[in-house]
Amino acid sequence: MIPPDIKKAWHYFTRYIDNFLLAGIFLLMLTGLIVLYSATGGSSARVISQLINMVVACVVMWVVANIPLQRMMRMAFPLYVLGIVLLIAVALFGEVQNGARRWLNLGIVQIQPSELLKIVVPLMMAWYFDKAHITLRWRDYVIAALILLLPVALIVRQPDLGTALLILISGFYVIFLAGLSWRLMIGLVVTVTVSLPLLWSFGMHDYQRKRIMTMLDPSQDALGAGYHTIQSSIAIGSGGIAGKGWLKGTQSQLDFLPEPSTDFIFSVFSEEFGLIGNSLLLSLYLIVIGRCLVITASAPTRFARLVAGSITLTFFTYVFVNMGMVSGILPVVGIPLPLISYGGTSMVTILLGFGILMSIHTHPKLVKT
Amino acid sequence: MKVLFNPSRKTTSPVPEWRSRLVLGLLLTCLIVLISRSIYLQALNKDFLQQQGQSRHERVIEQNMQRGNIKDRNGEILAVSAPVRSVWIEPQRVNATPEQIRQLAGLTGVEEAVIQQRILSGKKFVYLRRQLPPELAEKVAELNIKGVNLKHEFYRYYPARELAAHILGFTDIDGRGQEGMELAWQDMLTGEDGKRRVIKDRIGRIVEDVEQIQSPKPGQDVVLSIDSKIQYLAYRELARTVKEQHAKAGSIVALDVQTGEVLAMANYPAFNPNQRASMNNEVIRNRVLVDTFEPGSTLKPFVVAVAMETGRIKSDTLMETAGGKLKIGRAVIHDVRDKGNLTVSQVIQASSNVGAAKIALLLPPKTFWEMLNRSGFGTETGIGFPGEASGRLRAYNTWRPIEQATMSYGHGISASLMQLARAYTLFATDGELKPVTLLKRDIPAVGQKVISRETAQSVRKMLELAVQPEGTGNSARISGYRVAGKTGTAHKRLKGQKGYAKDRYISSFVGFAPASDPRVIIAIMIDEPSSGNYYGGTVAAPVFSRVMEGTLRILNVPFDGPLGNLVISPVPAELEDKG
Repeated sequence: MIPPDIKKAWHYFTRYIDNFLLAGIFLLMLTGLIVLYSATGGSSARVISQLINMVVACVVMWVVANIPLQRMMRMAFPLYVLGIVLLIAVALFGEVQNGARRWLNLGIVQIQPSELLKIVVPLMMAWYFDKAHITLRWRDYVIAALILLLPVALIVRQPDLGTALLILISGFYVIFLAGLSWRLMIGLVVTVTVSLPLLWSFGMHDYQRKRIMTMLDPSQDALGAGYHTIQSSIAIGSGGIAGKGWLKGTQSQLDFLPEPSTDFIFSVFSEEFGLIGNSLLLSLYLIVIGRCLVITASAPTRFARLVAGSITLTFFTYVFVNMGMVSGILPVVGIPLPLISYGGTSMVTILLGFGILMSIHTHPKLVKT
Repeated sequence: MKVLFNPSRKTTSPVPEWRSRLVLGLLLTCLIVLISRSIYLQALNKDFLQQQGQSRHERVIEQNMQRGNIKDRNGEILAVSAPVRSVWIEPQRVNATPEQIRQLAGLTGVEEAVIQQRILSGKKFVYLRRQLPPELAEKVAELNIKGVNLKHEFYRYYPARELAAHILGFTDIDGRGQEGMELAWQDMLTGEDGKRRVIKDRIGRIVEDVEQIQSPKPGQDVVLSIDSKIQYLAYRELARTVKEQHAKAGSIVALDVQTGEVLAMANYPAFNPNQRASMNNEVIRNRVLVDTFEPGSTLKPFVVAVAMETGRIKSDTLMETAGGKLKIGRAVIHDVRDKGNLTVSQVIQASSNVGAAKIALLLPPKTFWEMLNRSGFGTETGIGFPGEASGRLRAYNTWRPIEQATMSYGHGISASLMQLARAYTLFATDGELKPVTLLKRDIPAVGQKVISRETAQSVRKMLELAVQPEGTGNSARISGYRVAGKTGTAHKRLKGQKGYAKDRYISSFVGFAPASDPRVIIAIMIDEPSSGNYYGGTVAAPVFSRVMEGTLRILNVPFDGPLGNLVISPVPAELEDKG
């Protein structure tokens, strides 16, 4: 038997962890490792390296879950300022990789500040709304919009349209959940609709336009830009109802898929586990998202509610956009499948978000002020 | 879920109910979209997509089989295929550093600029270098450049070079026979390529063998009737004579009397089949089979044979040849020298045109035509060589008397050297026309009886006389063997117009030995000798003598004649080397 002392210490250690959410996350991560093994053609090295990523991310999650809400609120503004400064630094001194200026070399480590902003922007906006009047006026929405657009603009310039869009979406969720009025929302939708053609002609790079054209008709450029979409559709379709079985997916195993271990890992999964596997995976995601919604619904403060809602919906957006892109209903943007795709940065960002959710759920509901 | 967001103490404005409903609704809609797409791809479009997937990784590949060898009758290899690799590129996929290009250029011998140009061609498949030796190909593979691939192929090599070039022919770079035996026996030599269904990955590496659709059949060897030693001897003597006589060209063929096998067949000028650049239409023609010429006096024995066969003359019948002239219509037939009246034997021995013409005029055209036709003139020999000529033997009902007369000494009729040599099997055997072949047969071939044994023997005797000191072909003699044969000296036809060239000749000799039991027939034709000599007896007969002597010795044929005072020349040293 486990001695009571250790049992007690364990309980103390995990007192800010939401077990329900944690179980869902672990199941998804386990699925990720299994698929990754197949997607890398049986490379245990990659699996181990991903396992390390997961451990690091879990530690981050544990740390964040232990931070009380008040401290998080106090950190929001300084973190935001830090983020903006880093983005400006990137614009000035950043390293160019693959034609985009995204990385900042700090001597010891290379960081990608835009990743940090994914969490910091909703935090900052929620903090602002929390500080604002009880009944929000339209002026507050404008300020919140500015808080959002400043980093987005900097990230678009890098250029990193995918990340910018995701941050835009997570910020929009905050505004939406804060209670944006119908009229303003309609106005926003109209603005976006009108600005899309403008963005198409002036704000987009050729490769970005190409991606969207490809999504509309992949066969138009079957060997070039449409290649990804066609190959992944074929891989998913080849899986059929029951799938070909683990390690038996030919399309993915034979290198016909682009990025089989990161962005396109879902097609590897689909080919090997079929429609049944897909349904199970979606259910698993649904369970995790459902739990997050419950946490959001029971969040004690406006800040907590807005942050939790934004994180939850952003997480869902990741899942939807990635699966949509891989199965050919959305254009190809570089968004990984959360908790499944290979990669340390996105793993840390996602689990950091879950850490915040856990903190919201497990810390005492009473607020001091 | 009535109220999604709990109102806290600070916030008094909870999110309205419609808003949480909207969020949930959007969420569910998205999920339904994903599931629908999944069903669409994995249940409804499954078959199509699975087939698409299969077509991307399943390939049927051909296994190139090694082409069969061509050997001579003793198993010596005359044509062999060596495995080589060809380097080909997929320009759109090539991804190479300048250093790699430099190395590639060094290994393949293709200039860097040319490589760059091919990479930029935008095609899907370009050969960079065909037929690279395996060691170099290994190094190319080690460079491991994306889009640069290797293909197994075979390089055809002819160790005997120009010696047997005309018989063998050659293949194109893809290993298909283009000429000669390579073309004639293409199907047997290539065998059948195997077909395998395999799974390939995106770079084209084979990752799994699924099944063998068609098992490969290796190419079979072709064994020729040619004897390399005799071939060498024939080629060497022919080449020497053509050069010495400043002739345009020359041909020689040696047949085994009993089996009809071609023991040697050579032409000069020749070509080296290993160097494609050296080839042109003048040198690649196998003149023995594809060219025809007016044979001249070598045709005289046939008119004598048919006249004897039909009882019109005997070998000692005296012909009125005194004067050396015969007028038919406005045309006059001349002899080289007037020797008075000659017997039939002497007509052959002295090669009298007047005598032969008079014999021919004793015959009805049809009878003479049938003799020539049954001796194989005017039809292909059936040896199965690409492009074989049939020669020209006009229908007898169109013959005028002068034509019938000149045909007796080989004008107004054309034949290939092979046809001529084969026709002499009538006299070398007891009257049979033997089928000829370029493949090793080894068993006596059953021929077609054309003339009686008696007639054949009589003509053989006359041919033997023709190489006696008084005959035209006396320089064809060999010490230790009795020889029979006939010379031929024909004016060449003018090109593109009627009539004959005054000073251009074709000198020929056809004969066999040993006369007591003939084993080998050799026919020689020298085209336009221009060093002063042009008689068959002085130009072609010496070649016969040298080649026949060597051949009989190589074949270990027992002597049947006096070993005269002639010094037996040793078997050439080169010949020993060849063996």
